[in-house]
Amino acid sequence: MNRLPINKTPKVYVGGAFIRSESGRVFPLKTADGRFVAHVPQCTRKDLRNAVEAAAKAGPGWARRTPYNRAQILYRLAEMIEPRAAELAEAIALGGATDEVRREVAAAIDRIVYYAGWADKYEQVLGNVNPVAAPYFNFSVTEPMGIVGAIAPAAPSLLGLVSLIAPVIVSGNTVVALASEVSPYPAVVLGEMLATSDLPGGVVNLLTGFRAEMLSTFSTHAHLRGLSAVVSPEERKQLELGAAESVKRCHIQTEDAGFDWYSASTESVYAIRDFLEVKTVWHPIGA
Amino acid sequence: MPSAAQGAFRRLFDEIGSVDAVGLEERVAKYGTRSLKKAAKLWGLNRAVTMVDLTTLEGKDTPGKVASLCAKALHPHDEASVPPVAAVCVYPSMVRHARRALGERAPVKVASVATAFPSGQAPLKTRLGEVQAAVDDGADEIDMVINRGAFLAGEFAPVQDEIVAVREACGRCALKVILEVSELETYDNIRAASFLALRVLRTGDFIKTSTGKTGLNATLANNQVMIEAIRDFYLETGRAIGMKPAGGIRSAKQALTFLVAVKETLGDAWLTNARYRFGASSLLNDLLRQIAKEKSGAYQPPYYFSEAAESY
Repeated sequence: MNRLPINKTPKVYVGGAFIRSESGRVFPLKTADGRFVAHVPQCTRKDLRNAVEAAAKAGPGWARRTPYNRAQILYRLAEMIEPRAAELAEAIALGGATDEVRREVAAAIDRIVYYAGWADKYEQVLGNVNPVAAPYFNFSVTEPMGIVGAIAPAAPSLLGLVSLIAPVIVSGNTVVALASEVSPYPAVVLGEMLATSDLPGGVVNLLTGFRAEMLSTFSTHAHLRGLSAVVSPEERKQLELGAAESVKRCHIQTEDAGFDWYSASTESVYAIRDFLEVKTVWHPIGA
Repeated sequence: MPSAAQGAFRRLFDEIGSVDAVGLEERVAKYGTRSLKKAAKLWGLNRAVTMVDLTTLEGKDTPGKVASLCAKALHPHDEASVPPVAAVCVYPSMVRHARRALGERAPVKVASVATAFPSGQAPLKTRLGEVQAAVDDGADEIDMVINRGAFLAGEFAPVQDEIVAVREACGRCALKVILEVSELETYDNIRAASFLALRVLRTGDFIKTSTGKTGLNATLANNQVMIEAIRDFYLETGRAIGMKPAGGIRSAKQALTFLVAVKETLGDAWLTNARYRFGASSLLNDLLRQIAKEKSGAYQPPYYFSEAAESY
């Protein structure tokens, strides 16, 4: 018997829910040889605004979790992706996953596990008891910054996105991320996996759409405390100029075809430090 | 409902007409679709600021908290172009503190809830004494609650008599009559209660949706029933009564939608704080936030506007 095909409507994962763009707009997703796959939400600056509100709501609760618990939850996310790795590989390749693509998915899972491990350890490395010449204890401790905007590279669409998100959220930040414009589908599928992990809704918010429409809002939105982006030199300039008004912390890499996203050197505790605030406290000895 | 009450309601509805609930809800659903942008939006936001009754009605209110509320009411934002709000709304015991903080000739009025707010369940003598105390302490406006028990029992005369008694106790103060719509059950009842109040109010007085102390507060539909009652009453008698939705209006977007309803039902004459108010505590911050957004072009975080939001 012939069944009617039941195709998935791609939706973006914002505030723990799967939504369409508030504008109702979509753009077609095609395979390399031009075959139509699906219509993907073309999110707008208002979707970005709404995602920031969702992130703000989720933030305090996420930051209050114990580091140990955040580690468990990130590891759980890796567990949720692992059995569906083939689906993600298919989402990246759109019709015929190659070994190269499977390697990317495996690397993305490993990257999440890597940062999960850091959750209850980075404080020992980045915090400090400072020597001072007075009868005080002097501590430097780290705190999450708040809501961070992430703009993923065009490729590798999954590994790039995960590499930006994982070090940001592990410390208690929340993130609003814009997926690769040319390959947005892995972000859609990743959203479904985020929803089944124990990550509270709103901690990771994924948008799909066109950079040109959202870049200026990413840079000027004063509620975003940081930007982690992989963009072109012109886009970098635009982001940094806009971010100056609200004194946003920017960690922006220039898109470079030769960059090795698989290299162990891309994983580092300093990627976590990039979106932490350091608080130094003086406390009298003996009091 | 006992039959005496049924008879009383039937006679009243014969006079004032009833509400088409389906048509009403369809109508108010459309208000949200109006597109207000740029200059019109900025005008609406600023106008909404001037209509806010900045409210604090908590057991933990202190003179200091009321004083800082008054400072905020006079100068809502650093931006000098943002106007002061309409009034501060406090409990009777805080009226003198508010009066002292605002001064005698302030652009911001002092409103006080009185008459055993929010339940209204106290002897009439006690309630009138409370009104008198608030007036003596310098209140400009009195927010009273109606006797819902008597209303639902169909005893309209005592309800109106109490409103008249409070009105007389108010003297020159404006009176706002809280219907507590969430306890009136139906749109028809809201319209009935509105008319009972409207018939004994003076020009410059208000009817008000809710105390803000019950589950369901001001909704667009309840607001619509009441402003239509005000319109019908105005066309009939020429007396213009004001309206104050209270409770549950937290976002600037909601406030603009309410203003759309007012403009399209009552017209521009009601788009002033002499005839329309918002009873709210957190609305002002969102209005300021959206004004700052319109002026700077950048979305603003809530913690720029004295909103407690941890580090987020």
